[in-house]
Amino acid sequence: MARTGVRLLRGVLVPLAALVIWQVLSARHVFNAQVLPSPLAVFSRWLAYLKPPDPFDPALMSRARWCLSGELIQDACGSLYRVLVGFLLGTGLALPLGLAMGYSRLCHALLDPLLQILRPIPPIAYIPLAILWFGLGNPPAFFLISLGAFFPVLVNTIAGVQNVDAIYLRVARNLGAGRATTFLRVILPAAAPYILAGARIGMGTAFIVVIVSEMIAVNNGLGYRILEAREYMWSDKIIAGMLTIGLLGLGIDTLMAALSRRMLRWHRGLE
Amino acid sequence: MSAAQIEIQGVRKTFQDAGAPVVALTDIDLELRAGEFVCLLGPSGCGKSTLLNVIAGFLAPTAGQVRVDGRPVSAPGPDRGMVFQEYALFPWMTVEANIAFGLEIKGRPRAEIRDTVDRLLVMLRMEEFRARFPRELSGGMRQRVAIARVLALDSPILLMDEPFGALDALTRRTLQDELLRIWEELKKTVVFVTHSLEESIYLADRIVLMTYRPGTVKLDRLIRLPRMRDPASGEFNAIKKELGALLMAEQLRHVAAEFT
Repeated sequence: MARTGVRLLRGVLVPLAALVIWQVLSARHVFNAQVLPSPLAVFSRWLAYLKPPDPFDPALMSRARWCLSGELIQDACGSLYRVLVGFLLGTGLALPLGLAMGYSRLCHALLDPLLQILRPIPPIAYIPLAILWFGLGNPPAFFLISLGAFFPVLVNTIAGVQNVDAIYLRVARNLGAGRATTFLRVILPAAAPYILAGARIGMGTAFIVVIVSEMIAVNNGLGYRILEAREYMWSDKIIAGMLTIGLLGLGIDTLMAALSRRMLRWHRGLE
Repeated sequence: MSAAQIEIQGVRKTFQDAGAPVVALTDIDLELRAGEFVCLLGPSGCGKSTLLNVIAGFLAPTAGQVRVDGRPVSAPGPDRGMVFQEYALFPWMTVEANIAFGLEIKGRPRAEIRDTVDRLLVMLRMEEFRARFPRELSGGMRQRVAIARVLALDSPILLMDEPFGALDALTRRTLQDELLRIWEELKKTVVFVTHSLEESIYLADRIVLMTYRPGTVKLDRLIRLPRMRDPASGEFNAIKKELGALLMAEQLRHVAAEFT
């Protein structure tokens, strides 16, 4: 208990010091408040951003809905929704493809050259095409985010399947396992550590891409909001939005890590 | 019942190693009877594991054939359960799930699987560890699970590739005794690969001593000592002396080949 406290203290020490220094420098007007507002200004702006815009009126909505009606919550939910849809689309395509390419040499030989050409193209470079193909709104965002998640999951899934220890396959054959059983109960779980690592990276990429895609194609979400704030020169709101993005990303990554730890209880690498 | 269960006829196996073909096995003719405990003994590179893999069906012989119960071997199968030195348990399955896997593949009813797993856990004294994952077990316990996994298949033949090679001496003796107990109870045919002379004399009805490359049968000898055998006894040591000289001669050939 005490040790957790010490660890926590050590963890917040440097961020806290950075905040204090920032606040002191701002108070002495070292920076132009327009260019770099003080942390307190950012925080109060963040609270305003979080707060519901209208006073509570039971005739209009329930209290719970009212609590969530703040701009920040709406933006965060919008971004999360896009990340989730895009991530599921990208992973849903990458996983079967990666399994097939890892398992079948022919499949790998046929598809790998094309994918190697497409892989270095950053999802951002697809923005013009995304708008041309899908117009504005969520569809181009889904497309870009799924691209961001697709390649990390694909590459790791291929590597995972290719690195399945041959002895497990020999045991499976010896026990009389057919192709489907070997695939589902041996290859898939053996490759799971790689696949889940890929999913975690893919989630990270999806989160980067969602911010970018909101800057161009939609009119809500955290990415849209910080760009909008720039139009009005609200630098405190820009930073408040950025910090929200950081916290949300951290939350998602922690969740992914916990999920994969749970699924890989058996795995040696996590001891 | 003395008819041959495993017939190895004129088996030859060559590997293509960096251009020059290596003859791993040649002119192997053996007949192994049902219920026999046979040790394949020899130094590294004598092809004993290769021969085991040919019997298992993991490797196809370059020439000759292996017949089990009269049928030629063409692929691995659950009638010849294999235990590997590196255990090869599925790390994502619990002890129970590892043992049950072969039966699930066979599509056995759930109640039967449960009974078999329970019985084997008792037989190998692993009841307390049924819900553990392999990484939580010691080497000796992992190998017990690997043995239980092939016993679950109820295959008449047990192929063992240096199964106790990675264990410490005491654990190894315990597992040897346990294997003998199981073998006497279940009357399986055991083909056991080892490079330990003492282990082979301790365990086997019959020792097949193999030559260093190319692997051939140098000596095929029955061991008629009653069990449990005492490695300190005079008879045991007489056999050890006799076979030790032959084994050492092959080891020297192995060393000579390695250093030239």
